[in-house]
Amino acid sequence: MTRRNLAAAFLALLLLWLVGYPLLVTLAQALEAPRWTLQHFTEFARRPEEWRALWASIWISLVTVGLAAAIGVPLAFLFERAEFPGRRVLGSLVALPVVLPPLVGVIAFLFLYGESGFVARGIQAVFRLEEPPWRLAGPAAVLLVHAYTMYVYFYLFTRAGLARLDAALLEAAAGLGARPRTVLTRVTLPLLRPALTGAALLTFMTSLASFSAPYVFGGGFRVMTTQIVASKLNGDIPAAMVETVTLAAVALIGLALIQRSETGRVVAGGGRGVAPARRQLGRSRRFVAGFGWVLAAILLLPHATLLLVSLVPRSTWTIEILPPVLNLSNYAALFSEPERLRPLVNSLWMAVAATAGALVLGFAAARLAVRGRTPLGGTLETLLAIPWALPGTVFAVALSATFSVHAPWVGRFVLVGTAAILPLGYLVRNLPLTGRAAFGGFRQLDPALDEAASSLGAGWWKRLSRVDLPLLAPALAAGASLAFLTALGDFVISIVLYTFETRPISIEILSSLRLQETGVAAAYGVVLAALSAAVFFLWGRRGDEMRTGSGLHLPH
Amino acid sequence: MTEKDGSPNQSASLRSATRPYLSLDHLEKTFGSLRVTADLSLVVSEGEILALLGPSGSGKTTVLRLIAGFETPDSGRVLVDGEDVTPLPPERRRFGIVFQHYALFPHMTVGENVAFGLEARRRKGPEVRDRVARALAAVDLAGFERRKVTEISGGQQQRVALARALAPEPRILLLDEPLSNLDPSLRERTRRELARIIRAAGITTLFVTHEQDEAFELGDRVALLHEGKLEQLGTARELYSSPATRFVAGFIGRSSVIPGVWEKATGRARLPGGAAWRAVADSDLLDGAPVDVVVRPEALTFAGARNGTAAEGRVLETRFAGHETYFSVALEGGGEVEVLAVPDAAQPGWKVFVAPLPAGPLPRVYPGTGLSLSPVEAK
Repeated sequence: MTRRNLAAAFLALLLLWLVGYPLLVTLAQALEAPRWTLQHFTEFARRPEEWRALWASIWISLVTVGLAAAIGVPLAFLFERAEFPGRRVLGSLVALPVVLPPLVGVIAFLFLYGESGFVARGIQAVFRLEEPPWRLAGPAAVLLVHAYTMYVYFYLFTRAGLARLDAALLEAAAGLGARPRTVLTRVTLPLLRPALTGAALLTFMTSLASFSAPYVFGGGFRVMTTQIVASKLNGDIPAAMVETVTLAAVALIGLALIQRSETGRVVAGGGRGVAPARRQLGRSRRFVAGFGWVLAAILLLPHATLLLVSLVPRSTWTIEILPPVLNLSNYAALFSEPERLRPLVNSLWMAVAATAGALVLGFAAARLAVRGRTPLGGTLETLLAIPWALPGTVFAVALSATFSVHAPWVGRFVLVGTAAILPLGYLVRNLPLTGRAAFGGFRQLDPALDEAASSLGAGWWKRLSRVDLPLLAPALAAGASLAFLTALGDFVISIVLYTFETRPISIEILSSLRLQETGVAAAYGVVLAALSAAVFFLWGRRGDEMRTGSGLHLPH
Repeated sequence: MTEKDGSPNQSASLRSATRPYLSLDHLEKTFGSLRVTADLSLVVSEGEILALLGPSGSGKTTVLRLIAGFETPDSGRVLVDGEDVTPLPPERRRFGIVFQHYALFPHMTVGENVAFGLEARRRKGPEVRDRVARALAAVDLAGFERRKVTEISGGQQQRVALARALAPEPRILLLDEPLSNLDPSLRERTRRELARIIRAAGITTLFVTHEQDEAFELGDRVALLHEGKLEQLGTARELYSSPATRFVAGFIGRSSVIPGVWEKATGRARLPGGAAWRAVADSDLLDGAPVDVVVRPEALTFAGARNGTAAEGRVLETRFAGHETYFSVALEGGGEVEVLAVPDAAQPGWKVFVAPLPAGPLPRVYPGTGLSLSPVEAK
């Protein structure tokens, strides 16, 4: 065995231990190894609330796909095919929700549309109602938040698909006498099919894994992710394991079904030629521009609300429509009180550590697989991609089950309750992001460059430092930025694995809300959103390409 | 060919081209079930430029990669000046390589690209600067050190790649289709420049190409590969006038292939229409054996009337080529040949008689396949 294959085998074992092993442990616990019984599955099947949660997860995800498509696709056509004042700025603003951590979006919605939010208070005051006009709870609330946060996938994918479209194909159809409607249905949409399927897949998977929205707005309405966490918190570990296995199975079946529906339907011929010119709008341009600005305002309103609430000092806003006092006291508390600063520091160091680890593993795997052409290349790539296919809750529960037992001879150590478990959890979730970036980068890199360096006498370190890393830096930075953002804003892994000492920002937001410290919660949210936006715009912008090209974004 | 035949550099190169320097010893390489290189052995002399010529899929790039160390042979050895370099990784072979698409490091300047190999061999600042300047001057790019490689033309990129390969003073220079990335208009000029620079460097060179003109102009000798096997190794003239195999005869230059029967006693090939042409054959070809007669257009002429050597035929079409014209002639009894003659020698539809030129190169015969190929098909 060559040194390269030995390194690949070692890396494959490490990834298997991190990614595959916890899932096997979860399955074994669900089957109550070593008794190996289906008893817990039988009990699961007998409980109607389990079926309700499972069905809720599925139908919520399907409806989310429909709603997100209904918003995202027309928006993409508008911004990609029509020219009007402010198109570029608005086009970017509309994509903004993708940058922000899911929990931040959820609490922003709460402050704006919740029963004590600005809109409800305003309506209550205007119509002199005794009770708030609505309660933002249940499936409708979850769908509203999902549609708001996930239409971006359809928007970005469709825009990218439209930009890649060859104008000559549309002109050929028109030249053959096809009317615009026929061109749309017979040429444009079929050519967009891969992009639309990619968006649908990503939306479905993200929705199936969604935790923040159902957790905050669900109330009595449970989906599988919240059901798993509830079972675990209630101490019903066997039920949590069976639910985890079931959710993982549903995710994999969904993934397989969508991918199977696309097999053999690969559309060739796209990506060549010049994209169609944008249509110059006539009289309607002002109307369209106005519509665009209003839309952008609506989409940005939740985040503006978050900023406003973050400036409201504690206990100063009770029954007024608008807060009477605004100052920076919440931010001062965040940065001056050690216990409030701790979650910020925790999130930062854990996100940095997890991203660095995931980056090293992704890079090593990609270099061995693509450059080294090791026979284990496919295995390495699959192992790195697995966490993408499974909801974060599944991995959180699997890691918790695996690393709460001291059995070093079978690769199990007590990490739950220590500072290591959360970074490890983030790392596992980040592997698809850094791995995909590294694999994509290496595949785009001309192998002759490495050969040229090698023929000029450069050893592996010089090739790595002078050729590979500088050329891969943009792709790696994009992957690392997305990984860092995911870890920084994580909620789903954190809620299962955090300890008081290692609590990250998301957990602190939740506890602040519980303590009625909405201003502090909002201030955390703003800091998180600002950090995320800064990282994204500094290093992650090339991630646009990755997301739209490969369907890469982690479920919430 | 002019430069090759007359330049002083060429003479110097040929003077030193006597000592064996690069040897390929029974090289074998398979990818899966595909045998890419089959028992390949050849020797390149010191200072010699060898062209590795062959059609697509002939295995020539694989041979280059085996020499460079990017691929490991299943068996066989690569020797440089008697040293077996087969187990050495590419970075320890001290070979210079010019890649088909140049593989210039896009994040480095021209100067940094050329300096890369020197720095990798731990040369220090002033020496590196001096050698980079000299290497760039040698390829007529003096002063280009700070230019970005993405901002220079394709021809200049090609010369930077050459300077980068030559700067560390490698033992062997390998070039993979060095001109294929250039516009046809630029290719001929660059080919001459490339020849000048390589000959001035006096380095043992092996380059891969699928273009005959390129191989003939740049190479002191040409190795013709087909399906991983060496068909013939020799000068351009040898390959053209004395092709060792039917493949060589068909691949090099234009030629027609017609069926015939070998008459060993008279040294002639009898064509289906009855004419018998004097031809060259391997001595072990049996009398009466079916053969393929391979004949070049310039070796044929139109005869005035039927005689023992003139084959009757009808002109199918003509192709104007300046002061001469190619005439496609369907022969009576089967087969089609191409004749090069003055433009008004015949018209399409005319009945003509075709015979080998008395003083021209003789047709060659090879064991027959029963196929008749026009010059285009023969390629």
